[in-house]
Amino acid sequence: MTFQHYKQEVLALTMRWVRRLSREKFSMLFTLVQPMLFWLIFFGSLFQRAANIQILDAPNYMSFLAGGVVVMTVLNNGLAGGVDLLFDKENGFLERMMSTPIHRSSVILSRYLFVMAITGMQILVILSIAFVFGVRLETGLPGIAVILAIGMLFGVGLTAISMGIAFSVKSHGDFFSLLGFLSLPMIFLSSALVPLSAMPGWMQVVAMVNPMTWVIDAVRPLIITGWDAAIPQVALAFLILAIFDAVCLYGGAKAFRRAIG
Amino acid sequence: MMDPAVVIDVARLRKTFGPVTAIEDLSFTVHAGEIFGLLGPNGAGKSTTLRILITVLPPSAGTATVLGHDVVTEADTVRSLIGYVPQERAVDRFLTGREHLELLGGLYHLSRTETQARIAELLKLVDLEEHADRVAKTYSGGMKRKLDIACGLLPNPKIVFLDEPTLGLDVQSRLRIWDYIRRLREQGITIVMTTNYLEEADQLCDRLAIIDGGTIRVIGSPLELKTGLGGDSLALTIKDHETEKLPRLRDGVMALPLVRDVRINPTGLDVLVESPEKSLPAVIEVAQRLDCSLDGIEYHRPRLDDVFVAHTGHGLRGGTPDAAEE
Repeated sequence: MTFQHYKQEVLALTMRWVRRLSREKFSMLFTLVQPMLFWLIFFGSLFQRAANIQILDAPNYMSFLAGGVVVMTVLNNGLAGGVDLLFDKENGFLERMMSTPIHRSSVILSRYLFVMAITGMQILVILSIAFVFGVRLETGLPGIAVILAIGMLFGVGLTAISMGIAFSVKSHGDFFSLLGFLSLPMIFLSSALVPLSAMPGWMQVVAMVNPMTWVIDAVRPLIITGWDAAIPQVALAFLILAIFDAVCLYGGAKAFRRAIG
Repeated sequence: MMDPAVVIDVARLRKTFGPVTAIEDLSFTVHAGEIFGLLGPNGAGKSTTLRILITVLPPSAGTATVLGHDVVTEADTVRSLIGYVPQERAVDRFLTGREHLELLGGLYHLSRTETQARIAELLKLVDLEEHADRVAKTYSGGMKRKLDIACGLLPNPKIVFLDEPTLGLDVQSRLRIWDYIRRLREQGITIVMTTNYLEEADQLCDRLAIIDGGTIRVIGSPLELKTGLGGDSLALTIKDHETEKLPRLRDGVMALPLVRDVRINPTGLDVLVESPEKSLPAVIEVAQRLDCSLDGIEYHRPRLDDVFVAHTGHGLRGGTPDAAEE
């Protein structure tokens, strides 16, 4: 197995996802538009007046919410990322790929690269829409680069969880049930929609152990406060994500090996 | 007779899934250039065996080598030497036929020019040239199967594994697939296939193993298996007043090249033959030469169904009518 071969496999597999996407333009449009329309515009406008600016520590609810929506998008895409491999498992396509002389990880890496490329684009769309609604990024373009980096790093662990579930469940019905069960609590029990200080005590405790919270708390100051406040938070987030990713990759690899051999 | 080259060697293979034993103590060899069939009902362990050989399923015990390479410790080498055509229509509905083959070209690490050359060759072989650039969801079942086969052949393999190659296909598509498989053998490719169609095993396989309940019941060529049950036979009835001519007739018939055994019965002869079609004219000629008047001739040919029942104690499908088995 040379690096040249590995690159060729990953490229061929990633191209497959890109080609599929180009055949599903309608679905692509909705994938891109859904988070900003539903969460940022609807939710942001809905809670604009209900939200207490003092508690938020932000110029308005939309600018507070933008960071949360960015991270939610990473969460949803990452967790759903494994489902296509589950379909491949169900219809035999995965077995066909596994009977070829490829490194097992290239199937997973290609999926991660594809999902994160889409997610990166969505993040840019979300930040642009927020800009139209008057949200000015305090850290400018370098801030966007850091947000993307945090998102990609969070995506590693999430994709690993998703693949782990995909290779463990019996059917895609189970997958989607589990996904719904996992993603909404992770959003509500985090600082995505309200700051921790506005939560009841028990919720604060749960939100503190939710990696979502730490990721959002690093992204948010990059949008609304500036570098001084953001740097320590970003450093902390990188540390937590390194641990989170390591744990998820370990579990995901175990599930993968159990299913594929 | 010289031993033909062994390309697959399976020894005491066993696979369990939790408490369920899928295959038990399986041993067989496959020879270079032959079509080897694994015949058995659904759940007999055929697909499990195949999946171990293509390295996607590790065995619980026993060993298997493909072209001299162990399927567990040298899985990567095995993978680069074989082609696989899965049982399911394992196609991506959103990719075109050509894109499937290009993807596999990347997975087998072929160069761009190699891939394009192989694709042109294979599309021609399976008659998919016209449809190569349509997405697979517009393909018929037969076309998907052809694409499956083209995918399995892309790496130019020495051995091709086919899992139920004609399952659920109409008669015409089935005959065409058989034709492709025979053409592959002509090119010197070894073929290992599973099937639960007796007719398919009979028509296509050089040798086959009948698997039932996770174990091999019998291995041999379809002809060997059938003759093992007595083979094809002719029953000659001679006119009443000429029975005294029977010993002479027996000796005459026995001298024919395709005749294996002859026995006298009260009304005539029972003749065991290799091929009733070919031996029948010769037998009639002998009778005429010896001036015996025949009252009638019947022939009986044991079918693979009989072999299956004899070795497993039950029919392949428990009496379910199946159009393909007519």
